[in-house]
Amino acid sequence: MEALELSRWQFAITTVYHFFFVPVTLGLSIFTALLETCFVITKREKWKPVCKKLTKFFGTLFLINFAMGVVTGIVQEFHFGMNWSEYSRFMGDIFGAPLALEALTAFFLESTFLGIWMFGWDKLSPKLHLATIWLVAIGSNLSAFWILVANSFMQHPVGYALMNGRAEMANFTALVTNPYVVGEYSHALFAGIATSGFVVIAVSAWKILHDEVSKAAFETTLKAGAVFMLIGLFGVMGSGHLHTQYMLKANPMKLSSMEALWETENPAPFAVVAKINKEEKKNDFEIAVPGVFSFMLYNKPEGEVKGINDLQKMNETMYGPGNYIPDVTGLFWSFRAMVGAGGFMMFVAGVTLLLAWKGWIKKFPCVLKAIPFLLPAAYVANSAGWYVAEGGRQPWIVVGLQKTADAVSPNLTGGEVLLTTVGFTLVYLVLAVLALYAAFRFIKNTTVAEGSDA
Amino acid sequence: MELTVFWFILITVLFTGFFILEGFDYGVGTLLPFMSDDDSDRRMVLRTIAPVWDGNEVWMITAGGALFAAFPHVYATMFSAFYLALFLMLLALILRGVAFELRSRHESASWRKGFDCAIFFGSFLPAILWGVAVADLIGGLPINDKMIYEGNFFNLLTPHSVLGGIAFLLVFAYHGASFLTIRLKEQHLLDKAKSIANKVGVAAIVAFVLFGAATVTMTDFGESALATLILAVAAVAFVAGFSAMRKNCGKCSFIMSSAAIGLTTVAFFTALFPRLMVSSLNPAFSLTIFNAASTDYTLSIMTKAALLLVPIVLLYQGFTYYIFRKRVSREDLGEH
Repeated sequence: MEALELSRWQFAITTVYHFFFVPVTLGLSIFTALLETCFVITKREKWKPVCKKLTKFFGTLFLINFAMGVVTGIVQEFHFGMNWSEYSRFMGDIFGAPLALEALTAFFLESTFLGIWMFGWDKLSPKLHLATIWLVAIGSNLSAFWILVANSFMQHPVGYALMNGRAEMANFTALVTNPYVVGEYSHALFAGIATSGFVVIAVSAWKILHDEVSKAAFETTLKAGAVFMLIGLFGVMGSGHLHTQYMLKANPMKLSSMEALWETENPAPFAVVAKINKEEKKNDFEIAVPGVFSFMLYNKPEGEVKGINDLQKMNETMYGPGNYIPDVTGLFWSFRAMVGAGGFMMFVAGVTLLLAWKGWIKKFPCVLKAIPFLLPAAYVANSAGWYVAEGGRQPWIVVGLQKTADAVSPNLTGGEVLLTTVGFTLVYLVLAVLALYAAFRFIKNTTVAEGSDA
Repeated sequence: MELTVFWFILITVLFTGFFILEGFDYGVGTLLPFMSDDDSDRRMVLRTIAPVWDGNEVWMITAGGALFAAFPHVYATMFSAFYLALFLMLLALILRGVAFELRSRHESASWRKGFDCAIFFGSFLPAILWGVAVADLIGGLPINDKMIYEGNFFNLLTPHSVLGGIAFLLVFAYHGASFLTIRLKEQHLLDKAKSIANKVGVAAIVAFVLFGAATVTMTDFGESALATLILAVAAVAFVAGFSAMRKNCGKCSFIMSSAAIGLTTVAFFTALFPRLMVSSLNPAFSLTIFNAASTDYTLSIMTKAALLLVPIVLLYQGFTYYIFRKRVSREDLGEH
């Protein structure tokens, strides 16, 4: 394989791996901060020690996850220069700014205050200590904001001018207020809350079944986690819905590709399943519900949606001959995997909350047993979501401005990129095993109860 | 002042901060296996840098981000030229970062020794690679008229750059040892740190002076009288620090090694100015603040952000060092 193909694989592997950890960092930082807030402000003497131990318990899971996210995040930042130097040259005037701002506003904040939070329990007043975890949560979420400002430009460039053979920033405010940012950021933030809620209920369910001493505390976090997860899921659905409607304007090729809509239609149907024929640019077979796709986009059962084949012709007129169609099959099924997994999570969260709230959960130990095994659904949804976002902009690295094929570093050989790809992947695998082992062991051996030492 | 000049200075500041701060935690990580075989001892050694190493590493990430924002061509050429070197550095930093977190999660000796090994290599390797990189930046690399690197991994390794790697490693190790003398409490660890400092210090001075002399004579570094003067002052500061250590003043030694590292960084950037990467093919192909910079518009926005944020970062990072100013003792090991 060539340096280009391998660089794409490497970036995809690193991004997906990195995003195993990012959602939990975003959501669990907030959850941990909420637990510590409970510890600091609660007037109920009974709750105070339990909240503190729960803070440390989920805080430790947060720390293990955070370390994995940070180290892969550094790879991401270096990757643009290492493998995509021509992209960095072409886009640096615009793309570098949010990355530098991410480091200045977010990385310093989260890493510095996390250090204080970890080791400062008896060196700071409780209120000041509480402030540090909130600063960590703010830093993490600010970091997501800046990197999605950068990503949104790649999906939907705004506020630029093509000059001196590169894209130059013409309007910083436009870059930051790109409507695409609103959709991507809110979707990622709520996905983080939903994923973290799922982690919390999975851990709590296991502890309720296997740790008699800690049972009471984790019955509470089971409820809290389910509520947290539902908030996240409603947010994900809402932001996803609005963002999809916005994509009709901003990114029609991605939109029609994820629905495998080859021909322009009004009203457009929603295909539940389809056998996609990329060669003949049509679906050999599909089960479609009439009008539903238009309804999703226009809130009424009519409205034109441009088909892939028409969009291809429009792209050829605008950008010259070439293939402007992304991986329709991959996008179609990724989108369904994402939405399906999200819907399934809604079901899990709803059932858990209902049973926990009514106190019925003890009668259904099978539900508690099942929850931890269902956790991968969140990771499927997150990964599939990124495939839709990033696969959907191909063949462009910046839609309409630069193609992925023109972005790769020209000095790299296939062998070099193969070496690094294999190297990173192996290290990722080994570390995932070690981190999971450490996390499982911690969950198993740590008790959370009044009077016990945590 | 021209914005490009301001950003050249800011990048110098970021690298200066990075080498001083991460320098001692690379040093501590490198010395970890030599400080003691006992687990509690090692935990105390690690505890001296545990609350701060991640914040220190952000100086490097910010320097990278600042290069990307202010001099995108430098970011593109440098990172793709140092491809395999950066790959090794990233592997090292990944292992190191995860090791700091996971080490304490299991009591078994093999688990802890394994992660100690990761911390050692994760500190040792980046220290060397930074030395190689700094030497290559001033020594020049085969960069063509399109700003594209024409060499491979082995072009990065010259006698000069290898000497640079050794010098950085030893200087950081010494810097780490003097940091330990002011941050540890247990007498036997303090004695160990001092004895290491006294041994490593001699080697570090030799490597520092040889590398400095090679840089001044083998590259065009010597053409800048100011840079040469600053480098000489740095060498004097380093030697003064070493003699202070012999007189049992760890604090004086640490201040001096910090000054030496800072001044060395400033000297290199002074010699480079206005270049950021030197082309060995043709001086006209070198990447400079003129041909590699972002637009004035981007630079002006980033300048406002930097002027606002860098002082705030310095304040709260200073606050961290203030909170953790007490020497690390056995009592600190109760938690975590």
